[in-house]
Amino acid sequence: MIELASLGVRLGGVEIVDGVDATVAAGEWVTLIGPNGAGKTTLLRAVAALVPYTGSARVGGDEVSSLPRRELARRLALVPQSPLLPPAMRVSEYVLLGRTPYLGAFGYESRHDHDAARRALDQLDLGTFANRALATLSGGEQQRVVLARALAQEASLLVLDEPTTSLDVGRQQQVLELVAALRERRGLTVLSAMHDLTLAAQYADSLMLLSGGRLVAAGPPSEIVTEELVAEHYRADVRVFGEGRSIAVVPMRS
Amino acid sequence: MTTKGTLAVLGGVVFLVGAALVGLTVGPADITVGEIVRSAASHLPLLHVRSHLSPTDSAIVWQLRAPRVVLGLLVGGMLAIAGGAYQGVFRNPLVDPYLLGVAAGAGLGATLAISYGGSGVGSYDLLPLAAFTGAALGVALAYALGSAGAGGRSPAALVLAGVTVVSFLTAIQTFVQQQHANSLEQVFDWILGRLSTAGWHDVVLCAPYVLVSSAVLILHRRLLDVLAVGDEEAATLGVNVKRVRLAVVVAATVGTSAAVAVSGLIGFVGIIVPHFVRLAIGSSYRIVLPLSLLVGAGFLVLADVIARTILSPEEIPIGVITAFFGAPFFAVVLRTSRSFT
Repeated sequence: MIELASLGVRLGGVEIVDGVDATVAAGEWVTLIGPNGAGKTTLLRAVAALVPYTGSARVGGDEVSSLPRRELARRLALVPQSPLLPPAMRVSEYVLLGRTPYLGAFGYESRHDHDAARRALDQLDLGTFANRALATLSGGEQQRVVLARALAQEASLLVLDEPTTSLDVGRQQQVLELVAALRERRGLTVLSAMHDLTLAAQYADSLMLLSGGRLVAAGPPSEIVTEELVAEHYRADVRVFGEGRSIAVVPMRS
Repeated sequence: MTTKGTLAVLGGVVFLVGAALVGLTVGPADITVGEIVRSAASHLPLLHVRSHLSPTDSAIVWQLRAPRVVLGLLVGGMLAIAGGAYQGVFRNPLVDPYLLGVAAGAGLGATLAISYGGSGVGSYDLLPLAAFTGAALGVALAYALGSAGAGGRSPAALVLAGVTVVSFLTAIQTFVQQQHANSLEQVFDWILGRLSTAGWHDVVLCAPYVLVSSAVLILHRRLLDVLAVGDEEAATLGVNVKRVRLAVVVAATVGTSAAVAVSGLIGFVGIIVPHFVRLAIGSSYRIVLPLSLLVGAGFLVLADVIARTILSPEEIPIGVITAFFGAPFFAVVLRTSRSFT
C-alpha cells in the first residue's frame, strides 16, 4: 500500500527526514514513534504530498507527488495533529467536506455522498451532534468529528498524526479502539504517529522508530519498545513491563 | 441547498425587489408603484397594458431613476459578494474587497485621469477606464508580490503584499493630488463614491463584468467552504488551493474594479453585508455568497434613496450613508446574535 524508498525531506536547509526505506502492507497498522523533532509529522506530510521530497513515496503503486490531488484524496485520508475547525461550521457540514474528492469542481453532493457522511457520523456515535457548531464541542468530540470527516472520505489508507493528543486516557482508548474496529470492518490500512509508547505498542502491528530523521529500528512492537532503544533515542530512563502486545512503558525517576 | 437556505434566498429576492421599487418611487416627482408596474408592463408585448404615466414622468422613471437603481443593485451586490469571497479565500473576517489594492489602484488611476486628462475626462469614459485599469493593476501587483518568496501565496503573505501595494500607490496618488490642487475637489468627490445619474451608460459599462464575476464567485461557493479548513487540509481533500484562490481573487477583483470604476469608492458594503448574512443565517459560503449579492444590492439602493432625499435637492455622498446607517444597524445585530465568527 505504501512504499517509501530513500525518502528525504529538506525544509529550510535542514534535513528533516533522511533516507527512509519502508513499506506498509495493505490492511496493516504501522505507527511511527520517536522523540520530538524526529521527523514523524514531516514523513506523514510527505506521504500526503504536502511537502516536496526526494526519493520515492508511493501509495497504491503511484508516486504521490505526481498523482492528481483528487485521486490521492480518494486513496489517502489525513487526520492532522491540530486540524483547523471553523468555529461556526456545523458537524454535518464538516463531515460532508470529506466527500470533496468525489465531487466535480463546481458539483454538489448527491444522496450517495450524504449517506456516506451520515454513515461516518453514525459509526463515531455523532448522530446527535450533526447540527452542533464545531466550536461547541469538547476536545474528544472534536477528535471524533475529524475522524468522521476522514472516514467519509472513504479512502483505504488512513494517516493519523497524533490522534490521541489532548485526550484523557479513556478517550485515547476509545479513539484507538474505534480506529482498530473501523480498520477491521473496512479493511483500512493505517499509518499513524504517536507519542505514547504503551498505546503505540498495544495497537500497531509494527512500529517504526525515527530519530534525527532516520529510521533507526522497525519491527513488531515488543522488539522496538525496549528499555535500551528508548534510553538511546529518547534519553529517557524507563522500564518496560509485560510482553507481546500487552506491554507498558513506565518512566523511572533516578 | 437546505430549506432554510432556500427561504433565506427567497427573502433576499423579496428584499431586493422591495428596495428597487422604493428606489423607483421615491423622489420629488410623485409616482406610485402601481403606475410604474403598469408602465413597465406596457413595454411588454402581448399584454396590451396602457401606461398612465405622462412622458415626463415616464422619462423620470426610466431614464433617471431606473438606471440609478440598477447601477445601485449591480455595485452593491458586487461589493458585497466580492467582500464575502475575499473573506473566505483569506480566511480573515476583517478583509474587504478593497484589501489587495483595488481601492488604492482605482484611486490612483482616477486621480491621474482627473489631473492629466484635461477636458477628455468627461468624454471617452477616460475616468472609469483609468480607475478600472488602476484597480486591476494594483491587485496584480499585490498578487505577484505575495506569490514570490518562501511564504508563496499563503493568505498572510498576500494580505501583507496588499498592505504594501496600497501604501505605495496611495503615496503616489497623494503626490499627484498635491501637485494638482485645482483638481482636489473632483478627486475627493470621486473617492467618496456616488451613483451617477448619467442614464444607462454606466450600467452598460459595468454590468457585463459584474454579472460574469458574480457567476464565477457563486460557482466557487462550495470550494470556499472547503478552504475554511485550511490550505493543507483542503489540499488533502483533493482541492487545488492555489488555483481556487487565484480564480476567486481574479473574479472578485475584476467585478469590484468595474463597480469602483463607475461608482467611486463606496465603503462599508463589502465588509458589513457578508457579516450580516453570516450572523443572521449561517457561515456556509453556499449561503453567504448568493445572499450577500442580494442583500448588498438592495442595501445600496436604499442607501442611495436616503443619500438623495434627506437634504434634497442636495445629495450626500453615498459612502457617508452606508457607514452612518450601516454601522449602528450592524452593532445591533452583533449584540443580539449568539456567535460571531
